[in-house]
Amino acid sequence: MPAQTATIQQHEYPNGLVLVAEAMPGVQSASFTLLIPAGAAYEVAEGLQVGGGAATMACEWLMRGAGDRDSRALLNDLDDLGVSHSESAQTLHTSFAAATLGANLIPALEIFADVVLRPRFEDEEVEPIRSLCLQNLRSLEDDPGSKVIYELRRRHFPEPWGRPSPGSAEDVARIAPKSLRAFHRAAYRPNGAILGVAGAIDWSRLRDAVGELFGRWEPRPEPRLVETPAGPKLDHIARETQQIQIAMAAPAATVAGPDYYRARAAVAILGGYSSARLFTEVREKRGLCYSVYASYEGQRNRGAMLSYAGTSTERAQETLDVMLAEFARLADGGVDLEELDTMRAGLKSSLIMAQESSMSRSNALASDWYFLGRVRPLDEISAELDALTPESVSGYAKTLLKPGELTILTLGPTPLDVKLPA
Amino acid sequence: MRFHHTTLDNGLEVIAELNDDAHSIAAGFFVKAGSRDETPELAGVSHFLEHMTFKGTARRDALAVNKDFDRVGAKHNAQTSEEDTFYHFTCLPEYLPRAFDVLADILRPTLREDDFETEKKVIIEEIRMYMDNPMSVAYEAAKAAHFGGHPLGNSILGTVDSITAMKAEDMRAYFASRYSPANIVLGFAGKGDWGQLVELASNHCRAWAGDRPTREARPVRGRRAFEAILREEDLQQTIVGVSDGPPLESEDRYAAHLLATILGDHTSSHLYWALVDPGYADGAEISYQDYNQAGGFYTFLSCEPDDVDDNLGRIAEVCRDAMAKGVTEEELAQAKNKVLARSVLRSERPMGRLASLGFHWVYRRAYLPIEQELEAFSRVSVDQVRRLLREWPLWPMTVVSVGPTTEIQPPK
Repeated sequence: MPAQTATIQQHEYPNGLVLVAEAMPGVQSASFTLLIPAGAAYEVAEGLQVGGGAATMACEWLMRGAGDRDSRALLNDLDDLGVSHSESAQTLHTSFAAATLGANLIPALEIFADVVLRPRFEDEEVEPIRSLCLQNLRSLEDDPGSKVIYELRRRHFPEPWGRPSPGSAEDVARIAPKSLRAFHRAAYRPNGAILGVAGAIDWSRLRDAVGELFGRWEPRPEPRLVETPAGPKLDHIARETQQIQIAMAAPAATVAGPDYYRARAAVAILGGYSSARLFTEVREKRGLCYSVYASYEGQRNRGAMLSYAGTSTERAQETLDVMLAEFARLADGGVDLEELDTMRAGLKSSLIMAQESSMSRSNALASDWYFLGRVRPLDEISAELDALTPESVSGYAKTLLKPGELTILTLGPTPLDVKLPA
Repeated sequence: MRFHHTTLDNGLEVIAELNDDAHSIAAGFFVKAGSRDETPELAGVSHFLEHMTFKGTARRDALAVNKDFDRVGAKHNAQTSEEDTFYHFTCLPEYLPRAFDVLADILRPTLREDDFETEKKVIIEEIRMYMDNPMSVAYEAAKAAHFGGHPLGNSILGTVDSITAMKAEDMRAYFASRYSPANIVLGFAGKGDWGQLVELASNHCRAWAGDRPTREARPVRGRRAFEAILREEDLQQTIVGVSDGPPLESEDRYAAHLLATILGDHTSSHLYWALVDPGYADGAEISYQDYNQAGGFYTFLSCEPDDVDDNLGRIAEVCRDAMAKGVTEEELAQAKNKVLARSVLRSERPMGRLASLGFHWVYRRAYLPIEQELEAFSRVSVDQVRRLLREWPLWPMTVVSVGPTTEIQPPK
C-alpha cells in the first residue's frame, strides 16, 4: 500500500469520553461521528423498559431545541455553518454525524454539545414526533426490502441485540415524555461514548475544545441488559408484493476475535462484489434476480453474515435453492487463491479510497475504537489481509455456514420450501 | 487542479481534471443516450443496453468483465437516466491501465442472443422491485402525466411488456445509432498523468466508428395533470408533484437549485417546517432537475391517506407564498451555505468531481472548476429568484398520488 501515514491521535477525558482524530492532508472538510451507547437495545435495560421506538423518539426530540436555541434556531444555525448532518438511533448506538468545512468544525461541535447535554425537551414537541415515528413505521411496511432486514435481525440476534430502532406502532403510540427523559438520563453517558473526528483539523485545539464542551458531562452507571433467545429460525411474513424477499443470517466472528479477517474474506468471496459467487451464480448465470448479496455485521460479542435476494414468486424457490447450494459449496469446497486475491484487492482499495472522505474516516475511527479500543493502522489491516491463505479462509468457511445455525426469513405472497442440507 | 482536453480523430472527446492530492482516479464514459431517445416500441432499451454492455465483448465473457474489474479493486457501476448512460469506475492510480482496459472494452459489447434473453429476466426483476416501491411508482407516473407524449415522460426501465417483446437486433441498431464516438465523452478525475490518459484513450478507443447522431430536444411545458393510482395494500399515501423549471441550458439553474433548497430541502426548509416538523407527513421535499431544453421542480410527499388533501393544501400555500413574496436575503444566504458546503464535500472524492465535470462538458462543452460553480451559486440574488418564480410558477403542478385512497381533491 502507498505510504500515506495519516496522524491518528486519541484522548480519554476524565468522564470517560474518548476523542479519536485523524488529520487528513489535502482535505478542506472536517467530519465527526459521535457514538453514544444509547441505541434501541437500551430501551429494555433493567429498570428502564421504555418501549420500542424510544431511542428514535428521544434522538428526534434532542434535535428540537437545545441550550439557547429553539428547534428552528438550531437547524438554521447548522445550515448557516454549512453542516450536513444526520442523527439516528440504531440497535447499539445513537449516532450524531456531521460534515462541514474545517473552519466550522468547532462551532458545529458546540451546537451538538448543547443537543446531547442540554436538550430543551419541550412537551409540545412529543406529539409531532410520535406522529412522525408512527408514519415512518407505516412507510417501512410499504418498503419490503428494508422491512425484511429489520425482521431478520430481530429473529437472528439474541434480544436485545437485534431490536429494530423504529420500534413498534403499539409502543410508539404510548411512550410518555417522562419515559423519554428517563431514557436520556440513563442511556446518554460519556463513559462509553466515542467521538471520531477526521479531516482538516488542529489536534490540540480540538482536544481542548472537546474538553470544554463535553467535560462536564456526568458519567452514569452502565445500564444492565439481559440477553434472551430470539427466533424463530425459519419464518415467513405474508405480503401481497410483486417480489418475494429472501433474507438469511449466520453467526460469524467478532471484529476483535482471531477469525475476523477470515470471516470478512469468506463473506466477501460469497457475496461482496460483482464477480463474487452469489452474484455470478444467481444473477449472471441464471438471471434469477436483480439484487443479491452477502455482507458482514459486527457487534462486540457477536458477528453475523447477512445475505439477501429479492425475486418474483415463480423464481424465488430456485433463488433460495441456489443461494443455499452456494453456502454449502463455500463450506465444503473452500476458496481458491484467485478469489482471495480479488477479495484483497477490493478491500485494500476501499480502505485507501476512504482516505479521500473525512466522513467515512470519522466513522471508521469511532467504529474501530468501539470494537477494539484502538484504531487499526492501514498497514496492519493490509498485513492481516496478506497473511490470509486459501487454507485458512476455507477452514473458517466450514464453521461459518452450518445449516442448523442459519436464520431464514422470507416475505411475500407465498412461503418457500427450505431444504437445508443435512 | 489541472484541466486538459483533446478530441480523437473519430470525434471522441477526452477530458481530465487532475489532482495530485487524490488517492484514486475515477474514469467514465458519458454516452448521450437515455429513455428520451427511445421510441415507444423500444421503451427501456437504453437501460437494458447498459446491462448488456457488462455481459461480454469479443475478448471477455460476463464473468471475465466482473472479474477483471474486481481483480484490481476497481469500484465500477453504470447508470441510465432520461438523457444519459454513464459508465464509470474508481481505482488506485497504479491499476488504471488494467481497469480502463475493461471499461473501454465493454463499450463495444457483443450483445449475444442468449445473454440478451438471460438478462431480460434480470431487467424484469428490477422492474418488479421498483413496482414494490410506492415512491418509484409515483415518480414514473408523475413524469408520464406531466410530460404527456413528450419523450421526457418515457419510463427509464420500460415495462414488462416492452422488455419481453424486445429483439436483440433492435438493440444492436439502437447501439449503432447512439454509441458512436462523437456521441460519447470520456472523462477522468483524480490522480493521473495526462500523457498516459491520452495514450490509453487513443489505444483503446481510436478504432471506434459511427455517425454523429442528433437528439431532437424539443422544449416542453408540462400538463399540470392529476392522477390517482390505487394500491390497496399500501399503508401510507405517496405523492409526486411536478412543475416546470429552467432547462440545463439556462443560467437560472443555480437559482432554481437554491430555490428548491429553501422551499423543500429535507431539513429546515419551508416544507420541513410546514409538514414534517409538526408531524403531518413523514417526508416532504422539493428538488430541481434540469434536462436538455426542459426542467422540473419535483415535489415528494409521504403521509397518512386521510391527510393528503390538507397536506396538498399546505404545499400549495408554501408555493403560492413564495410566488407572491419571493425569498428573503437571509434564507438565500443560508441555502448558499448549505449548497456550497455540500459541493465541497462531494468534490473531495474523484467520483464526485467526475460526474459534475463530465455532464457539464457533455451539455455545455465547457470546463467548470469547483470554484466557478461555487461562484455561480454565490452570485444568485433575491431578485433573480423572484423573476424565476414569475417565469416558472410552482403552483399549480402535476399531482400523482399512489396508495390506498383515490379520493383526493388537489387544491385549485
